[in-house]
Amino acid sequence: MAEMVNLTIDGHEVSVPRGTTILEAAKTIGTEVPHYCYHPGMSSPAMCRLCLVEVEGAPKPMPSCVTTVADGQVVRTQSEEAKKNRRGVLEFYLVNHPLDCPICDMSGECNLQDYVHAEGREHGRGREPKRVFGRDDFGGDVLFYGDRCVMCTRCVRFMSEVEQDHRLTVVERGNRSVIDTFFEEGLDGTHWHGNIVDICPVGALVSKDFLHKARAWDLTHTPSICASCSQGCNIELHTRDNLVQRIKPRENLDVNGWWICDYGRHDYEWMNRGDRLEAPLVRDGGSSQAAGWTDALRGILDRAASLSGASVKAVVSPRCSNEDLGALVGLVEAFGGGEIVYRSARAEEEIPLKGFPQLARRKDLAPNTTGADLMGMRRVGDDQGVGGLDDIASHDGIVLVLGDSLEDQPESFGAQAGLYVYLGTHAEPAVSAAHYVLPTCTHAEAEGTFTNLDRRVQRFDPALRPPGMARPAWLVLGAMVGERTGGGVARSAKEAFAALGAAVPAFQGIDYADVGTRGALINESVSLTGD
Amino acid sequence: MAYPYVSEHEVRVLSRHFGDPQQRRIDTYVERGGYQALRKAFDMGPEKVIEEVKASGLRGRGGAGFPTGVKWSFMPKDSGRPHYLLCNADESEPGTFKDRELIRWDPHQLIEGCLIGAYAIGAGHVYIYCRGEFFEVNQILARAVEDAYAKGYIGKDIMGSGNDLELTVHQGAGAYICGEETGLMNSLEGRRGQPRVKPPFPAAVGAFGMPSTINNVETLAAVTHIVDNGGEWYRQYGTEKSPGTKLFCVSGHVRKPGNYELPLGFPLTQLIEDVCGGMRDGNALKAVIPGGSSVPIINAEEASRCSLDYEGCVEVGTMLGCASVIVMDETTDIVKQVRRMVDFYAHESCGQCTPCREGSAWTAKILRRIEDGRGTEEDLDVLMEMTQQMVGTTICVLSDSVAAPVQSSITKFRDEYLALIRRGERVGAA
Repeated sequence: MAEMVNLTIDGHEVSVPRGTTILEAAKTIGTEVPHYCYHPGMSSPAMCRLCLVEVEGAPKPMPSCVTTVADGQVVRTQSEEAKKNRRGVLEFYLVNHPLDCPICDMSGECNLQDYVHAEGREHGRGREPKRVFGRDDFGGDVLFYGDRCVMCTRCVRFMSEVEQDHRLTVVERGNRSVIDTFFEEGLDGTHWHGNIVDICPVGALVSKDFLHKARAWDLTHTPSICASCSQGCNIELHTRDNLVQRIKPRENLDVNGWWICDYGRHDYEWMNRGDRLEAPLVRDGGSSQAAGWTDALRGILDRAASLSGASVKAVVSPRCSNEDLGALVGLVEAFGGGEIVYRSARAEEEIPLKGFPQLARRKDLAPNTTGADLMGMRRVGDDQGVGGLDDIASHDGIVLVLGDSLEDQPESFGAQAGLYVYLGTHAEPAVSAAHYVLPTCTHAEAEGTFTNLDRRVQRFDPALRPPGMARPAWLVLGAMVGERTGGGVARSAKEAFAALGAAVPAFQGIDYADVGTRGALINESVSLTGD
Repeated sequence: MAYPYVSEHEVRVLSRHFGDPQQRRIDTYVERGGYQALRKAFDMGPEKVIEEVKASGLRGRGGAGFPTGVKWSFMPKDSGRPHYLLCNADESEPGTFKDRELIRWDPHQLIEGCLIGAYAIGAGHVYIYCRGEFFEVNQILARAVEDAYAKGYIGKDIMGSGNDLELTVHQGAGAYICGEETGLMNSLEGRRGQPRVKPPFPAAVGAFGMPSTINNVETLAAVTHIVDNGGEWYRQYGTEKSPGTKLFCVSGHVRKPGNYELPLGFPLTQLIEDVCGGMRDGNALKAVIPGGSSVPIINAEEASRCSLDYEGCVEVGTMLGCASVIVMDETTDIVKQVRRMVDFYAHESCGQCTPCREGSAWTAKILRRIEDGRGTEEDLDVLMEMTQQMVGTTICVLSDSVAAPVQSSITKFRDEYLALIRRGERVGAA
């Protein structure tokens, strides 16, 4: 336990560990001292001079981002002196700022806009011609609008301290200072540069991918988990018109800090695909007919009942949630038990973020491999996520497929099965022999949890409305299990997670509420089949 | 050839050999008693050296006037880490030209002072950060360092004392801000020349992250004489609080501008009239900047009361700084002078702190507009208020240096600004 220091901030008694900065200490009473150059994940140059606060006994206003707390310190963040300083600094920022908010991507979530509206002068006094830098392509996904830059150097420090690939620098000095790349090299070939767009407090660094796509105030932010590797980075899905417009990192110091990789950041277009399965399909002879959920599920159960004694083989995708996988385990057991396998692609190299060692883009490119392993599922196929299904493709008992698109499989997949049920989002050729095709949700459309490589169970919320009659797999599977066994049916993700805890020992003792927005760790003593 | 700038009022301690090229030769320097102070310092031990410098009352000659002995005593004892002494020879304050002359005429005097200082603070290595534009000075200094190494005054086991000291001359690359102590350290380390946030102070975390002390050329040169003759001897010159002699760099509208070494406390009027031969063409005095361009301007009346020591300058609302006296006569266009100074600072701002980066350039633009006859009276209010926002709000004091001439000139020479704004009348225009 760190030694605590007692001080007073704006009249409130505050107790924080020694070494805490005033700026961080103020957060504990809900006061955000305006700042640009400070970022908790990087060094503090104390150069924006916006976070100066009055400290009793100090001859000058002190930068709260680097001044550490002291016993008995009396800090005023809202005194006339502090406010006057902020008003003055904000005016300096506007001397050369183009005020092109109407066409700026950052508008609506811009710290300069926010601070000036809150504490700036009502009218600017600048009459002089503004300095013009223009626009520069920094390579990668980043465009630089030099005129909007507030010279906080967060981007330079991210590249040098966090990614540790010195691609950006400040050239020139004084008010001719401008962020620039080295020669033509730019940011191409770096793997984390999207983060500099996130940490830019203004619209100086913008994403080419998101450029002019949506206004900040039209976006809905939904907490989610990145599904692009087993790291399980905490993210937000920003949606408009039921489409994911962009992905932003969500702070979680235990997992990804403030950062996500460029690969995960741009891996969202698949969530917006329009060619989805929208209704349950029931094959009758050679052709498939759309059916209602009740008819489809009853048909499956009836057909399964007629095949008593048939062995069950199931293929799942480790991109499915714990709840989906758990419900499938339940159904396999309800049908008499059988083997469940999964396939997943592996990258050749891990891409670490040097300045934040616990974070990397992992080799395992599925978000829930650990969950599948904990449930006793077996990995088959190669590192491209291909092959390994020969015995299932020609299985003559019950074949269940959940989430795996079977892209590499022939149309004859499952043709000899007594019952072939496919639960997924898209109709690939290998689905054509399925007796029942059930439309399910992507993780962007459902609530649920993934278990990341550190066995952290993390929750995601639905950001999109599912198409047509698509439903979460855990709901569909759970309904069949309930019907078959006469047990209760999970009506919510929370209940599905509770059911999982009852069925799979690894998930026992974790309360859905405890998972919260930060995740909860699975008991260390549980061993994995995949180890 | 005799040094061109001499006066009978001078007390030539540091500048004694100005004009004599022989002094640069190490043999001559040693013949004249050179490197005896270093030997003496080795005999005294570090603590007594610091005590002696404290007793002399020597104050930093770079501008801040902080007592040198006290500064040295801030260095940690037995830290187990390398210590560094840095000599700031990046002389770039507009109006200042003393360090150049000190190195140019008497380089060994500085080297000896550096070695004594390094010994006193437990530093094994001295870096002299010399302004890059001083080509001749750098050559002379490099030669002197080479000679001192050859004769065993720098290096291993100096003069058989068992003490090892290294000395490196580093040439700056042309930025005013590298004369700021922590900016200098960054530059020396190969980083951008930007001042560092303090704390930590250099005595704790300085050059290369190690405890460091940084002193001006003139300060270290004076140390040589203080150790040689004792602190009490030094106190015979100057005032109680500002002891010793000081090189005054006088420029501007006097008959004999130049470098003059005078005891501190010398009256400004006497400096102009007696030492410098009075105002040129018999013109009337209008204004003086007594400490280099970053201190407030004083008018003729204030100048008449000004005693040239640290306290005397503060009494008339300005600062002694590095004693670079810029004298301006009645033909001077104050607005233009101030604008030129602000242009300089705007150009030299390192660009870290917002008030300085944006404020200095904005100030320059407004002043240019006023100078061009397109100003308004509101501009003066904006200037006064905005420059106030640049005082004490930044990492270093470059920003304060913009505010000083602007605020003092608007306060004291408001009429000149108004004449330009209202009637387009410009002082000194034909």
